[in-house]
Amino acid sequence: MITLRTLIVDDEPGMRLSVARVLRNHSVYLHDIDVEVSFEVDMAENGKEAMDKLTMMHPDIVLLDYKLPDMTGMDILHSITANETEMRVIMITAYASLETAVTAIKEGAFDFLAKPFTPIELKKVVDKATHHLLLARQVKQLAEEKRQVRFQFISVLGHELKSPLNAIEGYLNLMQAHTAGDNLADYDAMVDRSLVRIQGMRKMIADLLDLTRIESGQKKRELSKQDIADVINLSIEASQALAAERGIRIQLSTQGSCEMMCDPSEIEMIMNNLITNAVKYNKDNGEVNIRVRREEPYLVIEVQDTGIGLSKEDLDKLFKEFVRIKNAKTRNILGSGLGLTILDKLTKLYQGSISVQSVPDQGSTFTIKLKINSEEEVSEKIED
Amino acid sequence: MTTESTKKTILLVDDDIDFLFQIKTYLEQQGYQVVTAEGQTEGEEKIKSLQPDLAILDLMMENVDAGFSLAYHIKKINPKIPVIIVTAVASETGLEFDASTDEERSWIKADALIAKPIRFEQLQNEINRLMEGE
Repeated sequence: MITLRTLIVDDEPGMRLSVARVLRNHSVYLHDIDVEVSFEVDMAENGKEAMDKLTMMHPDIVLLDYKLPDMTGMDILHSITANETEMRVIMITAYASLETAVTAIKEGAFDFLAKPFTPIELKKVVDKATHHLLLARQVKQLAEEKRQVRFQFISVLGHELKSPLNAIEGYLNLMQAHTAGDNLADYDAMVDRSLVRIQGMRKMIADLLDLTRIESGQKKRELSKQDIADVINLSIEASQALAAERGIRIQLSTQGSCEMMCDPSEIEMIMNNLITNAVKYNKDNGEVNIRVRREEPYLVIEVQDTGIGLSKEDLDKLFKEFVRIKNAKTRNILGSGLGLTILDKLTKLYQGSISVQSVPDQGSTFTIKLKINSEEEVSEKIED
Repeated sequence: MTTESTKKTILLVDDDIDFLFQIKTYLEQQGYQVVTAEGQTEGEEKIKSLQPDLAILDLMMENVDAGFSLAYHIKKINPKIPVIIVTAVASETGLEFDASTDEERSWIKADALIAKPIRFEQLQNEINRLMEGE
């Protein structure tokens, strides 16, 4: 429930009181923004009082009589439009003077009411102004939230990019001062850590570029009918070397047809993310099981690992940008913290979803559902 | 020449393993014995059996104020152990706090605050200053 402040400016007491009575007993439900609005009413009988109340109470809606004893409604309107954009003014014209009404609207009034008017006409105009005002406020608020999210993203990004630089600089300082003596081999660990941090930074930049490409909508989607088992096999091959190093086995099993409308480069990005995670966070000699099944209208892909798993608290933070689960088990695992954000955005392109189940020390299963025939239009909605 | 037994011991706690590695390398070269821990919990564990001559703690580890909690914990066991808190908070959030007055030191249970990225000489100066008092 929202209460809007209205100010009625008219020199005729009967007029003020009847408008006030109608509005005090009135409320309106706005379906599209799901809010009920009622009205609080204040009154002014001349221009000076109106000007005072405008600055003191900042009304949301002003019903303004054109003809006042000490000035015209137009004079007041000018002072409002000069410094108030969050106000809707309805000009009340004494007689059906279309010319006055048109001028008022040109000068910034939202609408006009010609005397005499019925309570129904009054409510109609006030409802319209209410709707307009609240929609505008909501748009403004959304824009502000978007700005905040963006700002937050950039400041975290700055931190994430600075941290490897600080680490590498620290190692270089130690090497420059020959801290470990004259034996070159004693610097190997420092060089190794520096290289690891550089790789991490490169991975983050690559992920960031992927994310920007998806979000900007600049990447043209090329949807075609594909057997995604083929695409998954390509991703498995790409992770094979990494997996083999640690004796991890990757297997794919399918149930029914794996055909769907998709852009293979997107599915590859999804699968690469899931499979490298399943390998990275696995135990040596572990397993990665990929299962694909049809669940009309979706194709369901499960990627199960036998790795370190996630705790309940970790699960809650998992899909946030730049969140990397930090503990003794993950400290030597590289990552940008953007992989799951990318996955989330990509599955949305297929009107799908991503979920995860996990048991600490036993492994995690990531399940993604993709619509077999997703609609193209969704990609446009994702853009903003 | 210092021997193992006369070496001063420093407890170094940070969840950033590169930072631990670097500061440990530097301090060992300066002749200290360094014991490391990767977080508040491990730090609390180490302090049970260890009497360090000084502690260097990162502020943000498990929690945003893990360093403060650990400093409090150490001071409760032995208020004489000098504590240095290192933090990137100032440079990243613009938030400023200091431990240069008695009042600040009374609520921040630390004897010095150093901003990350840390300069080795600055760290050495603080260590010298705090250990002289013994």
